[in-house]
Parts: sequence; structure tokens; C-alpha cells
Amino acid sequence: MAPRGWGCWRWAAQPRARLLSPAAAPLGFRQLLSTVELVPHICVVGSGPAGFYTAQHLLKHHPQARVDIYEKQVVPFGLVRFGVAPDHPEVKNVINTFTQTAHSTRCAFRGNVTVGRDVSVSELRDAYHAVVLSYGAEDHRTLGIPGEELPGVLSARAFVGWYNGLPENHKLTPNLNCDTALILGQGNVALDVARILLTPIELLEKTDITADALRVLRQSQVKRVWIVGRRGPLQVAFTIKELREMIHLPRSQALLDPADFEGLEDLIKEAPRPRKRLTELLVQTALKPPKGEKADGKAEAPRAWGLRFLRSPLKVLPSPDGGRVAGIRLAVMKLEGSGENAQAVPTGAVEDVPCGLVLSSVGYKSLPIDPTVPFDPKLGIIPNRNGRVSGAPGLYCSGWVKRGPSGVIATTMNDGFLTGQVLLQDLEEGVLPIGPKPGYSSIEPLLKNRGVQPVSFEDWEKLDAEEVAQGQAAGKPREKLVDPQQMLQLIGH
Amino acid sequence: MAAPGSVKLLLAASAAFGAASRRCLLLVGAGKPGRHGELDRGNAASRGASRGFSLSAPSRRSSEDKVTIHFVNRDGEKLTTQGKVGDTLLDIVVNNNLDIDGFGACEGTLACSTCHLVFEEHIFGKLEAITDEENDMLDLAYGLTDTSRLGCQICLTKSMNNMTVRVPEAVADARQSIDLGKNS
Repeated sequence: MAPRGWGCWRWAAQPRARLLSPAAAPLGFRQLLSTVELVPHICVVGSGPAGFYTAQHLLKHHPQARVDIYEKQVVPFGLVRFGVAPDHPEVKNVINTFTQTAHSTRCAFRGNVTVGRDVSVSELRDAYHAVVLSYGAEDHRTLGIPGEELPGVLSARAFVGWYNGLPENHKLTPNLNCDTALILGQGNVALDVARILLTPIELLEKTDITADALRVLRQSQVKRVWIVGRRGPLQVAFTIKELREMIHLPRSQALLDPADFEGLEDLIKEAPRPRKRLTELLVQTALKPPKGEKADGKAEAPRAWGLRFLRSPLKVLPSPDGGRVAGIRLAVMKLEGSGENAQAVPTGAVEDVPCGLVLSSVGYKSLPIDPTVPFDPKLGIIPNRNGRVSGAPGLYCSGWVKRGPSGVIATTMNDGFLTGQVLLQDLEEGVLPIGPKPGYSSIEPLLKNRGVQPVSFEDWEKLDAEEVAQGQAAGKPREKLVDPQQMLQLIGH
Repeated sequence: MAAPGSVKLLLAASAAFGAASRRCLLLVGAGKPGRHGELDRGNAASRGASRGFSLSAPSRRSSEDKVTIHFVNRDGEKLTTQGKVGDTLLDIVVNNNLDIDGFGACEGTLACSTCHLVFEEHIFGKLEAITDEENDMLDLAYGLTDTSRLGCQICLTKSMNNMTVRVPEAVADARQSIDLGKNS
């Protein structure tokens, strides 16, 4: 391959490589270029665990890389702030690691910027050497059944967002004037919701749950929560730590039908350890006498939770005036196959359960961010190979938007590291553009012209201090600010 | 299988302060000066803030208190370091800034499985009994073995001197890890 004559001349005249296209340069020159110190500018979209752990990996393993983390909320941390339950503060310790990352001189948090609206992914791709999409799953899967729109039917995602202070769910104000709530889905989110509905209020008062949620929960009439799954006990998606918390919930008892657990202990003899231990605990709990019969004589279990299996929602039943939920019609199912891949099929029988609140907890869902980014609506993810977005060199993804909305923080952490690794590999191998890129310096004027005021990490720390100070007065770790306008005012925007 | 009654009580009482640091008080004796006297070690914020700094005060204790531990990292590299009797294995990783990606995400509060370590058989058999809570988190650990434990729950004893622990793979093969900061 003969190099173009002007290429070599240009290099001799202008030592900086930026005017040269690498493809035109002779091979030896390209090798030389790769040892010139390039400052890769990388953009991460989303400041939850996926975004922060990807950024952490990039900063650690590339000594010059600069990472900008964009976030549409005014505040960082994604589901660590808005998803993790208020009574699970230890899980939020990861915020300390994220804070360390944000404090790196090569890292900048840019909150209050909605990618896809305030700035396009194409504009980011022009400005940065690589863009990582880590924006998670902000929507929920719907049930797709009649009556889903009735007052009293909520997505668990919105309920969780509400008690955790997510601005868009601030006005949810669920009506808890009924004695029975029914949750569809048997994952950890379903247990979180059940636990928050049943935990004695004085315990919640010491957490970072919002003041509004406390006010509503204090007046709650909910005494019984059913957690309903399409399949059987061997297919529950929640994990043992969360189940144990339900069992030990003060002043609540577990309503498990021993008949549901017959013969299970034999079936799980060869099961993998997590499934085995989980099922053993379920069986053990199902065969225990109800709490009210404890030796200490305190029959103080005014509240209850129970698991119902092999039931699939068909229709939400309205009250006589059609104004709200009065119950739900469930199809009775049976299992075909066994283990994790067992399928539920209808038997033809139905069952109506009266309830005043229905919470659907059947999965979060990602949304497409920008028309130029490929998206698979069926799987709800960005099509990718190991984090490299299909058909889009320089575009990557990590976390739930890459793999689907399941897994704990550690899962997402490892995934963030993997995407980071793949990106750095591409950088090393010359797959990414190697000339200098402007990074934020070209995005900043764009945002300014569009009237967007990015929030810095320092700004967040002011809000953080304010929340902690307000919380102290109430004996809480923090009193979350829930109004973005108020937050922006507090930081002088 | 359950821990002795008094240990359980102490663990339960100290749950809010980080089970790990209180647990090890039983081994070193509650009255000793030094890091374990700093009650705010269990506090998440201070723990995070102090991560980058060594917490070891200039040692006035004899070297008999020190234990040498070898970590075999995911890429096969052996990291040799020291800790004091009573430190947890998580403490050692943090205090010595060992380069183990993502280790101890929840800072020793039994809310994750990222401090998962694999022990030698003869050491494993002598470790303090595992609790339900640790088992519950271990259930979620990738690549669980018969001699796995969570590092934040294991306190150093003198008999562990010179032991080797292995950091198991997190998900994929970490040996493909590219580090552009190192001389390649």
C-alpha cells in the first residue's frame, strides 16, 4: 500500500497528527502515533452503578483518560439512591466508591443534562473518543390486562420511586385505605414493596424514606399483602436475604400454605446451593406454626404477608362505581417442565381475590434514548457484543441497558468493568479514532445555547450536605430533596 | 452451624456499625487501643473517606501481632502483605491498598459478595463458624467453592501467618485485563 506523498510531508511540517487521517499514514508512522500521548475523552451516559463502575475502570486502567458522566437527574447515583430500599442503607455504601471516582481530577459529573433531548448521542460521539450508554431501565413492563389503568393499580417501580424521592413519582400519593394489597411478581422488588408496606412505622422513621411517604404510610390501613407469582416456589426470583427479612418482620406473620411446599425438599436435593437454601427456608417457614402462638403469649401479629403460587393476572376488577380497584381475577396455572425453565400454563380455572391495591412488579424496562442508537424493543436492550454496540463503532453500553434489568449491584459492577476493559482494548488496538477530540469543551457551549445548566459534583455535595442537615433534625440519615426546581435554586442555578 | 450465643448478640447489636469491626473485638480484647477503638470505622462515610490513607498508626506493638498473608489475584499475581491479629481480610486489602478490582463494595456490612475469597483446606476447617447472614450473601458469589468465605467476616489469627488466599474470578476471565498504565 503506497502512502500518499503529501501525508509524510504534512507530518514533517506539522508534528501534531491531527490533520492526518491514520489510514493515509504509512505503517511505521501509525505505530509512532500510538506512542504519542493521547488524552482519550470518554463520555458515560448515566450515573448509576453501571456508569460509575465503568468510569472507575477506565480511570484506573488508563492514566490519561478523561471521563465525563452525564446524568438526567439533578443528583447522581441512579438506583442506588432511587431504587435501593430505605431500610437497606449498607447497600448504599457503594456511594463512597462512586464519590472517590467523581473526585478524580480526570472525572467530571454533569447532572441535569438529558441525553437524547438536551444533547444528542451523535453530538456526543462527535465530541468524545467513545461514548458509553449506561442509562439503565427507567420504565416498567406492563401487565397488559383490562383494568390496569384503574386507580389503585400501580407499578412497583413507581411506588419505589415515590418512597425513594424520585421527582417524577413525587405526586404518586398512593391510596392505602384498604386492608389488602396484592403484588404481582416474586422478585426482590416485590419483597421490598411488601416490606415497606408492612414495616412498623417507627422503624421507617429512622431511614432516608421521604417525609411524604412516611406521612402516607402512617395512615395506611394495609394489613395483608399477597405476593403472587405465575409459577411455583422453585421459581421464585427473590433471594434468601430478603426472604429472611420478611420472616423476621416485626409484628407480621407469614401466611404460607404447607400444601404449596409438599414434596419440595426431595426435589431440591441436587439443586444449586442458592436455590436449595432458599427453598429449605421457605419450607421450614411454611411448616412453622403462625407467630401468634409464640410462647411469650404476645399474639401481636396484626399484619401478614403471604405467597401465592401458580396464579396469573387476567383482569383487574373494579368497584361497583367503577372508580377503583376492588379485586383481581387470576388464572390458575400449572407447571410444565421443572426447574428454572419451567413454564406456567393455564388450567382453565380462575380465582378472584379481593384487594384495594394492586402493585405490578414484573420487571423494569429500558427505553430507547435516541433514534440513532439501535434498540431491541423485544429484549429491551441495546444490541451489543460484549458491550460494543452493534453497528456503531465507538459506542458502548454497560449495565441493565446492555444485559436486561436484573441483577444486584455487584453484577452491574462486574459488567461495568467488562465494558471498560473492552473499550480500552479497542483504544489500544486503534479501533477508536486516535486524533484528539474536544470532549466537553464542545458540548459546553451547545448546552449553554440551549439553556441547559449542568450540575457539577460539587453542586451535588452542597445538596447532599443540605439533605443530611435536614435529616439530622428528624433523626434520619438524610431528608431527601424531591423538587428539582428547589434543588437548582439551592445551588444557585 | 450458628455462632455462639454471645457472638450473635454482639453481632446483632453492632449491625448498625458494621459487623466486621466489632466481631474482631472479641479476638483482640475490647480494651486495646488502636484502630478498633475508632468506633466510627463502621460509619460508611468515614470509611470511604479514609480509604485512600493507611489506617495503621505507627506501631508500638511487637511484631508478634503481625501476620503475613499472600493473596493470589485474579490475574495470577501474588500479593504479599501484612495485617494485625484481629484485622479482617477486607481490612487488610483496604489498608494496604491491594489492587483487587471491586473488592468490598459494601464495606463489610454483609450486603454484597465482592470480598469472596477461597481458602486453603487446612485453614478453612479452623475458621470461625459461618452465620446464616454470611451464607446468604455467599449464595450470590460467583465461582463458589467448598472453601469459600467472605473476607469481611474472617479475622486474622496468628495461625494464619503465611496463609494463601485466592481471589476468585468475578465473572469473566480477568486475565484479559488491559492496563494501559503499566509498561507493556
